[in-house]
Parts: sequence; structure tokens; C-alpha cells
Amino acid sequence: MGLVLTIQSRPVLVDFGAVTMLPGMVTVSLIREMGPVITALICAGKIGSGIGAELGAMKVTEQIDAMEVSSTNPMRYLVVTRVLATTLMIPILVLYADIMGILGSWAGANIKGDVTIVLFFAQAFASIEFIDFLPAVTKTFFFGAVIGIVGCYKGYYASGGTSSVGVAANSAVVLSSLLVIIVDVIAVQITDMML
Amino acid sequence: MMEEKIQTHKSGTPKKVVIDIKNLKKSFGKLEVLKDINVQIYEGENLVVLGKSGTGKSVLIKCIVGLMDLDDGEIIVFDENIKEMNTESLSKIRRRIGFLFQSGALYDSMNVKQNLEFPLLRSPIKFSQEEIDKKTNEALSHVGLEKAILQMPSQLSGGQRKRISLARTIVTNPEIMLYDEPTTGLDPVTSDEISGLIRDVQRQYKTSSIIITHDINCVRSVADRIVMLKDGIVYKEGDLASFESSDDPEIKSFFK
Repeated sequence: MGLVLTIQSRPVLVDFGAVTMLPGMVTVSLIREMGPVITALICAGKIGSGIGAELGAMKVTEQIDAMEVSSTNPMRYLVVTRVLATTLMIPILVLYADIMGILGSWAGANIKGDVTIVLFFAQAFASIEFIDFLPAVTKTFFFGAVIGIVGCYKGYYASGGTSSVGVAANSAVVLSSLLVIIVDVIAVQITDMML
Repeated sequence: MMEEKIQTHKSGTPKKVVIDIKNLKKSFGKLEVLKDINVQIYEGENLVVLGKSGTGKSVLIKCIVGLMDLDDGEIIVFDENIKEMNTESLSKIRRRIGFLFQSGALYDSMNVKQNLEFPLLRSPIKFSQEEIDKKTNEALSHVGLEKAILQMPSQLSGGQRKRISLARTIVTNPEIMLYDEPTTGLDPVTSDEISGLIRDVQRQYKTSSIIITHDINCVRSVADRIVMLKDGIVYKEGDLASFESSDDPEIKSFFK
């Protein structure tokens, strides 16, 4: 996404003689918005559907009942672990995506220009402040929690045979993607009020 | 804790009641599945529950382990009322009960060894790895599938899945076994083997069991006593001989 953003915005910045602002502009967009939201939406598709389908299949094949009967709390064993995993891992994935995006942007900048990685990163990090970083990271924990909770809920309460597994996976993706966007809107509003 | 209940079994000898079901009612929406069920299960016996599909047989055993809430009535297991139990007490009771699901319900993401270890690792009693290995090997050898220990459930046949599921159930030495259609979907030879295993489990682990089945060969092989459900009530209760000699067309349709 950093690469695409760079390729698309570079000609305009060149026209205005502001090409030196490119690393900062791309980095701020990536860290504040694009990195968290796009990563969360990808995770909603991959992880949300995975959790929904896995728990849905366990539900319809009575594996969750078997767990309950063997005195294991399936809510704690299956749900809490998954929600914790998504809540804690999605921020790390977002961080990784941000770094890869900035690297992609540097690569994009070098398609028609010539800028060293040290200079690019120096310009990129000079333009971001802690206040850009904190709300962006904080909201990723909520994105992770939303993806985990929705995936688990849809899977855990799947009923009506094997077709419900597909329904659970599908609705987990749709609902968690929608909630990611809603959480993002709320996070942006709160950040805006605080600044 | 309720007082221990000793009742006179129909054989004439006093026996301890391990499960006492009184006036059990269970509905799904407007559909009354169980209208008024009264059944007792005595220590050490195999009780077969017969009945057409949809008569609430599986619902009955799911109510016993608290997987489904009852609308009305009481289920007393080991002298404790399931309906009044909190999660902790229910867990304690469940540790004394084994449940063999119709589908086997093996955990797909775990291999056979991990499936068998699961209830032991989750038990409040901390077993050493040596003890766990011993118990899992014993359970596997009991069902004759020692070689399948590292296989995944997807690599097993229907009969093998049932056997492994049975092994996972007996690994915790339950006092009560609940079998939900243990021979459904199996060929006659494998069905006979499963029926034999049910008898073996009863002898070796001194279990009291409820077996839900439509398989008359299985009924003949394992039943000490039979209860037939119809229209949400106990239609007939008795031993195998009384069912086989019955002139009732409903009963004859099962035993022809």
C-alpha cells in the first residue's frame, strides 16, 4: 500500500515541487489510518472467517459439547484464548504492515527518483510524532478484540448442520469488517476531540 | 447434598439409584419433546433407551449432563439435583460421567494421543506425564487401537473414531456412561464389536450406563433393562424378554 500510495501521489507532489514531503506524507497516512484499517480488514477476512469456521465446525460436530462434558469450560478454552490472541497480535501485525508499507514507499520513490533508505526513513520519521502513533496503535487493540469476539460468537452459536459453518464464517467476516470501520470512525472522532 | 437413595430393583434386590429422573419436561418452542419422564438408573446396570427418531432420547441424556436445561422436573445424579447445581458442582459431576457422542466428537485439530490426554490434562487432579501415558495406552489397548496413537481423526474410519471416542471417555474412569447411538452408521461386524466394548466397559469399570440405540442387535447384546419412549412419556419399561415377547405392535416393530 505504501508503494501504490507513493506511485500515485509522487507526480502531483513533483508538480508542486514538494517531492521531499513524500516520505512524511506517506508515513503519516500509513501509520494513522491505512496500516491499521487495511491490516484489520485483511485479518477480519482471514482470521475472522477462520475462527468462525473452526468454532462453527466444532459446534455442529459436537466437539464443543464434548469439551463441556469433560468439565472443560469451552468459553475459556476456545473463546478467551482466541480473543486474547487477536487483541494482542493484530497490533504487532499492524506494526509490521506499517514498516513494510514504508519500505514499499521507499521502493516506489526509487522507481523514478533516487533516494537512499537512510534519508527516506529520516524524512519519514521526522514528520511523525508520538500523537500520530498512540491513537493508531490503541485502536488496533480494539480492532483485534472485535475480530476475535465476532469470529468466536458467530462460530460458537452456529446451529443447523454443516451449512451453518459457511454461514458463520461469512457473517463473521461481514460483521467484523463493518465493526472495524465503525470502531475506526469512533476512534478518529475521539482522537479529534482530544487533539 | 441429598440423601443416598437405595431402591428395590425389579429383580427384587435393593440397588443404589445413580440417576433418578422425575417428571422431566422439555420443549423446543411449542414442540413438547419430553412430557413427563420418570426413569431410574441403578448402579452397575445397562439401561437401553429405545424409541423412534424425535422422541427425545438424545435430549434426555443431554439433560442428564446439563448440556440442555430442563423445563420442569428433576434429575438427581449421585444424589445431587442437576437443576440446582452451579457450574463448579456440575463440573464435578461431569467428571464422573462419560459421554459417547453419536458422531464421536473427536477434536479434529488434535491427534489420537492428544484427544485422549485432553480430559486428563484438564482434570483438577494433576497427573504426571508417565501416568497420562499409562492411562492413554491402557484405554487405547482396551479398544484395540494402540497403533492409531499418532493418527489424526480424519485418518480414522467411522468405527475407529467411535472406538477412540470411547477410549477418550473411559480414560477418566467414569462411573456413569451415556452412549448416544453408539452403533449408528457402522457395519454389522463393527456394531457387534462396539456392543462388545460397551459390555466390557461395564464389567471392567463397573459403570452404570444409558445406551440410546435403534440397533436391535446392540439392544440384545447390552441391555439389562429397556425403556421405550413414545410421545414424550415412558411407553414401556422392562427387561429384554418382556420386550421380545410383547404383542404390542409398537414394540414388535422394533423387535421383528
